[in-house]
Amino acid sequence: MTNFTINTKSVSFDGDENTPLLWVIRDALNMTGTKFGCGIGQCGACTVHIDGRARRSCITPVSTVDGQTITTIEGLAAPDGELHPVQQAWLEHDVPQCGYCQAGQIMATVDFLKRYPKPSDEDIDNNMTNICRCGTYVRIRKAIHRAAELNAPGEDS
Amino acid sequence: MSAVADKVGMTRRRFLIAGSGVAGSLVLGLPAFAGAPLDSDRLIGFFVQIETDGSVIIGSNQPEIGQGVRTALPMLVAEELDVDWSMVSVRQMPLGIVKTADGYDWKYGVQGVGGSTGLTENFDHMRQVGRTARGQLIKAAAKRLGVPEEQCSTRPGVVICSALGTEIPYGELVSEASRLPLPAESPALKSIDDYRIVGSRQKTIDARDIVTGKTRYGVDTVAAEMRYAVIARAPVLNATVRSFDDRDARKVAGVLDVFEIKGPELDAPYLILASGVAVVATSTWAAMQGRDALTIEWNESPNANDNSQAFWRENENALKEKGQVVLDDGDFDAAMESAEKVVVRQYRVPFVSHAPLEPQNCYAFVEEDRCHIIAPTQSPSGSSRSAAAVTGLPRENIRVDMTRVGGGFGRRLTTDYVAEAAMVSKHTGWPIKLQWSREDDVKNDFYRPGGLHEMHAGVNGNGEITAWAQRLASASKYYRRPDMPDENLFGAELYVDDFPRRIIDNVRMEYFHNTIGLPRGSWRAPAHTANAFVIQSFLDEVAYETGQDSLQLRLKLLGEDRELEYGGHGGETFNPGRLSRLLTFVAEQIGYGQKLQQGRGIGIATHCTFGGYAAHAMEVTVADGKLRIERIVAAIDCGLAVHPNAVEAQLQGGTIDGISTALGLEITVENGQVQQSNFHDYPLAKIAAIPALFESHILPYDDKPTGVGEMGIPSAAPALTNAIFAATGIRIRSLPIAEQLES
Ligand code: FES
Ligand code: FES
Repeated sequence: MTNFTINTKSVSFDGDENTPLLWVIRDALNMTGTKFGCGIGQCGACTVHIDGRARRSCITPVSTVDGQTITTIEGLAAPDGELHPVQQAWLEHDVPQCGYCQAGQIMATVDFLKRYPKPSDEDIDNNMTNICRCGTYVRIRKAIHRAAELNAPGEDS
Repeated sequence: MSAVADKVGMTRRRFLIAGSGVAGSLVLGLPAFAGAPLDSDRLIGFFVQIETDGSVIIGSNQPEIGQGVRTALPMLVAEELDVDWSMVSVRQMPLGIVKTADGYDWKYGVQGVGGSTGLTENFDHMRQVGRTARGQLIKAAAKRLGVPEEQCSTRPGVVICSALGTEIPYGELVSEASRLPLPAESPALKSIDDYRIVGSRQKTIDARDIVTGKTRYGVDTVAAEMRYAVIARAPVLNATVRSFDDRDARKVAGVLDVFEIKGPELDAPYLILASGVAVVATSTWAAMQGRDALTIEWNESPNANDNSQAFWRENENALKEKGQVVLDDGDFDAAMESAEKVVVRQYRVPFVSHAPLEPQNCYAFVEEDRCHIIAPTQSPSGSSRSAAAVTGLPRENIRVDMTRVGGGFGRRLTTDYVAEAAMVSKHTGWPIKLQWSREDDVKNDFYRPGGLHEMHAGVNGNGEITAWAQRLASASKYYRRPDMPDENLFGAELYVDDFPRRIIDNVRMEYFHNTIGLPRGSWRAPAHTANAFVIQSFLDEVAYETGQDSLQLRLKLLGEDRELEYGGHGGETFNPGRLSRLLTFVAEQIGYGQKLQQGRGIGIATHCTFGGYAAHAMEVTVADGKLRIERIVAAIDCGLAVHPNAVEAQLQGGTIDGISTALGLEITVENGQVQQSNFHDYPLAKIAAIPALFESHILPYDDKPTGVGEMGIPSAAPALTNAIFAATGIRIRSLPIAEQLES
């Protein structure tokens, strides 16, 4: 049995403890905002926050998050619906094409900006490794800079 | 307009009228719909729904794969309907299949996106839908006020009668409007000068749902009693299951059933791609674990010795012979004979995979007399056909819903995964969500065909190209198609009307069809990606070999505006002057011609893709074998830019797709097995590959939109490799670039 908190809700999972967190989130909790892209930690579509740090949930066995706090894309906005500055910046720059990678991109960016509050383009190049097959990178880059401007305070969930 | 287009146009018009019909009203020529009631009296026709508070819900009939149709098509409706865009939300429509006496008809119009036609094919239809609905609202208002219709007009969301000084919001008129008989023809459309929404920068209508994780893709389908399925597919192309041992698989907690999936017939058109064993379970992970626990024996495949190296050798050898001459304008041999200078080069374009970020998946529930499909698909009617083939059910009993699609790129024009899901549901009787892994996806694709191109140019004393040949040995995409004679196989790989036909007098094209077990299909901008790379690289080489400026050589050939005959998709004409304009523009923007330091270079390229025009200029540096793209200028001429924000996005995305593919992507085969499996060995570009200095420009042309989804990709790769040559003198004649700069 693994117990953890997800977007302020306490949950427990009693299936195979090697199950990747991704599939627990998607199939057991039916929260579908976190996406499956590669299953081997390459693309970042499955990025969630574990105790505030961006992690690729497809290669995170659920047993390793026992007692920890998970935030997914569904839990990023404030409870009153006000979007996180990174989400706002994403809307301002109209980043998504198909949109499939964007939950992961946003979760990765929120963490990245905590470590690099005013990132250079080089910082972005060196740290942002999520794949966007549609090629929204031009707008992602602009949105990251914009989010930094909006002074992303980091998540407080 | 071609005969086909004409017919489609006709059908569209009929459906507009049918689509606006309600019970008992005029439904011209379509008795099948006469009794079909609409879901609500807030609907005027199938597409337009207006609520009492004035909010407007517009139906979108096409699949959204990231190209922006779910925003662009409703923009057209809203424009003609005359409502504020802020009041609009969008509802995805299912496949509108209707049984008729002699087959099937499509009550929402023709549905499916490929060849960059999602917008262009619906441009008139959607505007007419909006205009007709507005006309009905005006009629309803005039009737209520007892004035002639001519005294009524609209402002956004409101009918105005100036004579009486009265205004009635649309929301109060809908139920009356929905009962009025329809006009026989759509009212006259708005003048383009009066557009408020079309051509303005609107944002993706679903963006907020996307950034908050609410949007549902195919993978997100959840239904009551649904089970999860995966399939272990043959690792060798065209191998079949001999036997399998599922004892361990069935021991995995959650595994419910394991059974064989019969593969495709050799050389028959594909229904599914591979023979395999299905595992059904209570969760995706359990199904995957069950699959890992299977032991499967495979029969020897006829493709067991297929090998990429052999394939490329065969192509080289083929080019030493004479192929099928598919175009022979003027007198190529004589022109080569009298040429001052002859340039001959070979270029290799690899097989590549689509790799949309959402792996293939499909929900299917097959019952005795009906079937429900929920699929991320570019082809809802293909999905319906596949499900019908598997279930034997009449197509009108198959409901096809489309989700937002996590990338298309042509992969989801084929619906093998829909057939598979239907097979699993039919076998088990359960509602099933079939999930492919990334490995399944990379190893089981309809790949872009690889080919070896040989280019010949004869140049006269004035530096003019007087003879031109393209000789291609490749594995045609058109193999395994029904009713496809061998002599037509070339048509998928060589577009005879492309540049430089009708510009250079003596042009020859030759084709050699080679075989390999890799399935082939349509990959974003199909043969345009290969041909633009080859032609735009070769022009650069000819310019270099004859001591001419690469831009000037191109501009001389492309020349001024003129309409050349063009018989291929995207025709009927091709205007090379539009390429001149774009190329001149990007060259100026990037500072083409300036003196650059060693290791730094600028490259340019331009291409017309399915009727839309684009050009690229790129500046790169190469130091110690490391390539860095410093700056990109991309420009598109798509006629009227209906949804400029998406046009820009597609131009950026296409450019990045072109760069990503050129940098590092190739599918290879050894012993009949695809060698790549996931993003570690099929490395799509990440943000670091794409410079911050990236300019995207939309050059206006006329009031006719072209497609935009594929136009941004073809000229990207050759602009990049031409820049590499300018920087280093190294000519990339084989894609991907990979490690070629390191030696
Ligand atoms: S799905 Fe987890 S990194 Fe790709
Ligand atoms: S928006 Fe489609 S993968 Fe990123």
